[in-house]
Amino acid sequence: MFQIRIHGRGGQGVVTGAEMLSVAAFVEGRHAQAFPSFGSERTGAPVVAFCRIADREIRLREPVQDPDCVILQDPTLLKVIDVFSGLKESGYLLVNTNKSFDELHLRGVVEKLPPGHAVIVPATDLALKHVKRPAPNAALLGAFAALTGLVHFESVKRAIAETFPGKVGEANIAAAQEAYDLVFSHERAATV
Amino acid sequence: MTQAKTLQPEEARQKLKFYQKGTFTVGNRLVSEEERSVQASEDRSNALTSGHRACQGCGEALGARYAIDAAMRATDSDLIAVNATGCLEVFTTPYPETSWQLPWLHSLFGNAAAVATGVAAAMRVKKKKTRVIAQGGDGGTTDIGFQCLSGMFERNDDVLYICYDNEGYMNTGVQRSSATPPAARTATTPAVGPSPGNVFGTGKFLPKIAVAHNIPYVATATVADLHDLERKVVKAMSIHGARYIQINVPCPLGWGAASCDTIKLARLAVESGLYPIFEAEHGRVTQARKIRKQVPVREYLILQKRFAHLFRDGVDDPRVARLQAICDAHIAEYGLLGEDNEV
Amino acid sequence: MLKQIEGSQAMAQAIALCRPEVICAYPITPQTHIVEGVGALVKTGDLENCEFINVESEFAALSVAIGASAAGARAYTATASQGLLFMAEAVYNAAGLGLPIVMTLGNRAIGAPINIWNDHSDAMAMRDAGWIQLFAETNQEAVDLHILAFRLAEELSMPVMVCVDGFILTHAVERVDIPDQAQVDAFLPPYDPVQVLDPEHPASIGAMVGPEAFTEVRFLAHYKQQQALRLIPAFSGELAKAFGRASGGVLRTYRTEDAETVVVAMGSVCGTIKDVVDEMRDEGAKIGVVSLVSYRPFPVEELRRILAPAKNVVVVEKSIAVGVGGPLADNIDGALRNLDGRPKLHSAIAGLGGRPITRASLRRLFHTAVENPWQGAHFLDLNEHAVGREIHRVRKIRRSGSTAENILRQLAAANPLPPG
Repeated sequence: MFQIRIHGRGGQGVVTGAEMLSVAAFVEGRHAQAFPSFGSERTGAPVVAFCRIADREIRLREPVQDPDCVILQDPTLLKVIDVFSGLKESGYLLVNTNKSFDELHLRGVVEKLPPGHAVIVPATDLALKHVKRPAPNAALLGAFAALTGLVHFESVKRAIAETFPGKVGEANIAAAQEAYDLVFSHERAATV
Repeated sequence: MTQAKTLQPEEARQKLKFYQKGTFTVGNRLVSEEERSVQASEDRSNALTSGHRACQGCGEALGARYAIDAAMRATDSDLIAVNATGCLEVFTTPYPETSWQLPWLHSLFGNAAAVATGVAAAMRVKKKKTRVIAQGGDGGTTDIGFQCLSGMFERNDDVLYICYDNEGYMNTGVQRSSATPPAARTATTPAVGPSPGNVFGTGKFLPKIAVAHNIPYVATATVADLHDLERKVVKAMSIHGARYIQINVPCPLGWGAASCDTIKLARLAVESGLYPIFEAEHGRVTQARKIRKQVPVREYLILQKRFAHLFRDGVDDPRVARLQAICDAHIAEYGLLGEDNEV
Repeated sequence: MLKQIEGSQAMAQAIALCRPEVICAYPITPQTHIVEGVGALVKTGDLENCEFINVESEFAALSVAIGASAAGARAYTATASQGLLFMAEAVYNAAGLGLPIVMTLGNRAIGAPINIWNDHSDAMAMRDAGWIQLFAETNQEAVDLHILAFRLAEELSMPVMVCVDGFILTHAVERVDIPDQAQVDAFLPPYDPVQVLDPEHPASIGAMVGPEAFTEVRFLAHYKQQQALRLIPAFSGELAKAFGRASGGVLRTYRTEDAETVVVAMGSVCGTIKDVVDEMRDEGAKIGVVSLVSYRPFPVEELRRILAPAKNVVVVEKSIAVGVGGPLADNIDGALRNLDGRPKLHSAIAGLGGRPITRASLRRLFHTAVENPWQGAHFLDLNEHAVGREIHRVRKIRRSGSTAENILRQLAAANPLPPG
């Protein structure tokens, strides 16, 4: 079972991101469970959403406490909560930023993870470019597919299209595609 | 009215009607067949049939009988009644007996309007033409059932809600409701201390609140004018959407009045101006029943033990004047004096 | 059809497949997505012949359902928490009138202190109202139980409450197989009411019943609920045949055959417990779990049969009857009444107000139950430090203030916000 925890703020599509990821796994015939950190969060408040992906029925209902991957949609949360809590040593880290890990003072965290398991992607910039809205979730899923290889990018595209029919979906897919390409080339460069 | 001799027959009949309505002595024999009371017909439905356990002189039993039979005739007996908890419910259904000869449902004290909404919805979805009436006392209407009633009004559900207003919780032993008049003695507003009886609050005249919902039809009525009551029920049943009729029904037990005075008290409530009789459609008052000769409210009050503390030692309590002021305000507000503009 | 879908939406679709004729909606978290979902299906015309009524309170919601059901329409509503309490009088009334209304309860804690998160306090508050209460473990089961609920309700002329863990199930997106209309139609015949308001055959419903008959009326309500113990497995069997999966039943067992320790729980936490059972089985512990589906009626005989051979029974429940302990534990205790060599019973209160119930805590709990059993009710993951300080405080100062606010102040002091 692979567990993902997404940190962001209300209005950034955190919950929808987790749900789309679960749909991407579902279309590949796998079991997936997505759920929010239930609450009455208002726009701008810290929000957490979870996703589990497995090859058998998922019975577990506890919040994800030892994630295999942390997706950080908003680096300003670093000051507010311990977003890395329980992140596995073999885990992945995906951060939405146009800064570097050093600028974010995350070098220490990144070095604890295996090489190539931590990556930054300017998902909000990509969303603004393609979707004209600062909703980085779709772009981050493209990046996630490239970073972990857990789901195919085709499945991510299908999940986005199902969630956002029509033009909005196409724009989100374009943002996801660019994020995917960015991370994929970065990963390939790292492994060469 | 000697000038009737000089009038043409049709005009004479109209004048005759006016005169007789004013004196309330009309017998069914004198009016045309179609204008006679539903109760005058041997084909009346007897929806609330005899043998029930109401007190002698019960205004509510009388009002309900006339109202429901009129509605039965207007709907060709295709009618369902929903009842709030209260006197009417208790005295009509001491199981295994029932006085109701129409389908009748009692759920709770405060939800008659909502239950009726559900029945009406079921009829709509079943594509039936069956009409729905909800009925309750003033406690079940102006107090505990108020929220459900307002919701039913606001959605304009196809329900006629009839409130039998006897101005208190009579079923539980005469306690005060928001429809109890100021100064009235009840079990929870005893006639003791420096301010005996019920408080002089702001009042809660539900017909006005119903009018504020802009529902298609609102009317007040009284058991002193049963023709008028029947006419209003029939009119209400000719309209779809939320409708509200509030009937003043004196309660001999609760008011401390003689059983034989029920009709007299209902008449005095109207003639004093304490209980305005009017109709409103879609948020606008369309008709107010004129008072032929205003009666001082004292005449109404003095017949009831619930107001006895206002007349101790042969001196009128100052509260009588305050009640008179309320009557005068009603008369001014609804224009209850002057020429009758009724057809 | 297999879908990756939010629990609430899946339930909304299942409810629509049951062809309800009157739906009453009033918003309260966390059930709101369900009535929104069904409402949308009515608006689009996907659900035909249905009156969707936006009412002004939960009390009105169930009252409208009562009127509709008594007039012969299939009626549905949903609520949670405070909403269930606000309609409490109508909850008892619907059962007393024998009306087959189906209601979803998105289980949520009851305030004060106000809390929107999941536990079972709401369902427990209405446990004696005369409704059948079924608890879903997964969203798949939630879907199936709704279809079963209408069949059961109408067969017995008795209302059914489908209890679904708020947020944990209602807001979880997971794999659910939604049956098609033909499958549901084959399982659920049209509503043919036992008693109905009909001008052709006038009847009085809801009359006053005095001491001469009230006991008999209540006895028959109890008797009718007992019938459900036979009908629930029968209908679940039919449903399994029609839909190709097992859902419902009065209870389900997991690895209990040779278990020395049997856990009993209701709702979604059973999934987490099954994972813990597997882990502990791998380590050699003889442990299993009973997922109780039907809380009302309470399957006494079935529970006695399953629990009798065990040495320890651990009841994990998301509610507390203040002043007594766990209501489910009390009921299990009652089921084991007068049983020779009965197992020891350990009562644990967990997950109140949405506190996560983790595998780690459950493992500790099950080990402790066997090795170092406690008396009375054990509160899982209780912050003993915070509780101790507050008890101390209240002893010292007469006007010590509100407990809820005091605890929050303590927690804030213990975990200060980072500067900036």
